[in-house]
Amino acid sequence: MVAGVGKGLTSVCIVAAGLVALIGSERAASRQTNADRVVVTYWEKWTGDEMKAMKQVVDSFNASQNRIEIKYLSISGIAEKTLLATSGGNPPDLAGLWSDQVVQFADAKALFPLDDMAHEAGLGEKDYISSYWKEMTYHGHLYAFPTSPGTSALYVNKSLMPPEFDSPEKFPKTLSGFERFIAKVSKRAPDGSLQCAAFLPRDGFGSGSWPYMFGASFVDANGPSVNSADNLKAWSWVHSFALRFGVRETQAFRSGFGNYSSPQNPFLSGKLASMMDGPWFGNYIRLYNPKIDWFAVPLPYPDGRPDLEGYTVLNLNTLMIPKGAKHPKEAFEFIKYVQRQDVMERLCTSQYCNTPLAKVSEGFLRNHPNKFIRLFDRLARSPRAVGPVKLGIWSQISQEVGNAVDVMDLGQATPQAALDHAESRLAEQWANYRKQVLNQ
Amino acid sequence: MNARHNQRMGILFAMPWILGFTVFLAYPLISSFYYSFTNFSILSSPRWIGGSNYSELMGDQVFHQSLKNTLLFAAASVPLATVFAILLALLLNSKTKGMAFYRTIFYIPSLVPMVALGVLWLWVFNGQYGLLNEGLRHIGLPPPPWLTEPAWAKWTLVIISVWGTGNAMVIYLAGLQDVPQSLYEAADIDGAKAWGKTRHVTIPMISPVILFNVIMGIIGSLQTFALPYVMFPGGQPARSTYFFSMYLYDTAFQYQRMGYASAMGWVMFAITLSLTLLALKLSSKHVHYEGG
Repeated sequence: MVAGVGKGLTSVCIVAAGLVALIGSERAASRQTNADRVVVTYWEKWTGDEMKAMKQVVDSFNASQNRIEIKYLSISGIAEKTLLATSGGNPPDLAGLWSDQVVQFADAKALFPLDDMAHEAGLGEKDYISSYWKEMTYHGHLYAFPTSPGTSALYVNKSLMPPEFDSPEKFPKTLSGFERFIAKVSKRAPDGSLQCAAFLPRDGFGSGSWPYMFGASFVDANGPSVNSADNLKAWSWVHSFALRFGVRETQAFRSGFGNYSSPQNPFLSGKLASMMDGPWFGNYIRLYNPKIDWFAVPLPYPDGRPDLEGYTVLNLNTLMIPKGAKHPKEAFEFIKYVQRQDVMERLCTSQYCNTPLAKVSEGFLRNHPNKFIRLFDRLARSPRAVGPVKLGIWSQISQEVGNAVDVMDLGQATPQAALDHAESRLAEQWANYRKQVLNQ
Repeated sequence: MNARHNQRMGILFAMPWILGFTVFLAYPLISSFYYSFTNFSILSSPRWIGGSNYSELMGDQVFHQSLKNTLLFAAASVPLATVFAILLALLLNSKTKGMAFYRTIFYIPSLVPMVALGVLWLWVFNGQYGLLNEGLRHIGLPPPPWLTEPAWAKWTLVIISVWGTGNAMVIYLAGLQDVPQSLYEAADIDGAKAWGKTRHVTIPMISPVILFNVIMGIIGSLQTFALPYVMFPGGQPARSTYFFSMYLYDTAFQYQRMGYASAMGWVMFAITLSLTLLALKLSSKHVHYEGG
């Protein structure tokens, strides 16, 4: 009996020791698979084609030298996991986050400032399109370097256009012309239901940033500000689409939209004659409806405000080094490699993106798979290019404003009341953030 | 000596569980209770603020809305899923050829991962070309905007909750098979019909199983997360599907307010515990236990 217990105990101990050894060896392997190379762990959000493109860059870096090995890991929920890993003292050496996380991570002191290493490497503001550079800096410090960026423009389905709107040259430049386009192109079925909408402002990339188009913002000197007169103008314009097409009709119509990355995407299925999106959407067109005849144009600007022309919403994928990373210098070597013009252009071509670099080669623009890449590149350089608000509560701002527009569209409150409510919620959240994160 | 030895051995063999419980359950539980009284933004050290998080919760409209959404969902989905699972178990308890096949078929849906289920149901409830609305059109009923109208969106989730009743169904089935045949024979002699036998024999005899499943259903429905998270990002439309656990997740990981999220978690624990105790109390006169 006792001998049996002893054997059982030995087995338990062996299994436990095996597990410990396995965990230990995995941890060790993640740091040092090859005795001659420092292994840099790199967490990235991408899967599919985008991952393949970045893996090629990683492989070419690994082959280009014999000191560092980048270990690419595709991670879902990367922002949350990076934050928790940093908190636990075991972050990756490199994290592929979005630029709108720079502020939140920097406020939480979760990032390694890159100023000194960038200075040493000769990388600075002059090398980047200024709007993207602003995205990577916060309170005078540099916290990120770009991988692939994007800007928003209007994709237009040419086959659904009447002759007066069927080319970039003829497409309306101002909001009044855009109104004519909406009235002319939107179609209803005989039963009155919406068959095709010329445009819906709540669908597509950048659909949460309309105040910028009207010269407004989401912040003022005191923090979040979402109910100013210009904000009200912007969101009332968005709300006008629900009123124009009918609240129930618009709801029913939008509920028929399929997934973004599928042939049922509303633009690809012909439900929307135009949709705002970034340069990467060219890849989705290739994948899901290559026969569609399309062109891209800048978004319109309000009449009598030519100073607001060239409005675009920025998107920027970045590389950041979390605080507590074991190999920051080696990680920066990879960052530096990605910033080479040839490497960056190769990556951005594979990912259907424009370049974040100030210098762009003619070959990149000529051979890019998105035929309107020159437009996206031009928009990125526009003084009206805007990125996420530089406040650590940007995600709350997006959520509160999105909810306010829902409430307007459902007729539960007037636009002013809905925005006032969002404003008061955000004031509380900003006060909490300042107290809890910024210690103010 | 032998007893002490056995005791030591017992503790030693239980050690993996004790360690797992301590490290992965007890410690986080106690920590989260402490954090609920602190300002804790994950990367900075927690700072004691007393009951501020709890008092802030009282005035937080989104907290109230998410709680209301969750309780409404639980109130609708638990009875519906219970009735559905019992009916299904009764059907699958009959002596029909190929019953093992039917039981498997009805159980399989509960094995589908929630995220896949969410995507699948988005198609079924699609407002324009969804299977359900197509069917409704065929029988001349107006197709509702399941996913975009607040009044319908919660019901969409309630309907879907029935889909995952496979686990409860299996437990009911086991309970049904434990009902002594002699009781049905006695009921036959007394002239009871099918409904009478169900009402006076089957239901009382499986009442402990019903209580167990109802309590598990209450706990599960109060923790609903994956399905609304996939189907209604941000609780759209107008936060009508913003559930408590979604708000808790956003608060902890999007807004980095781990202290506040911990307080939310403890409030939910208190609600769950109260509802469970209430269910036990209310059931005391209606649940029949064999041998007492």
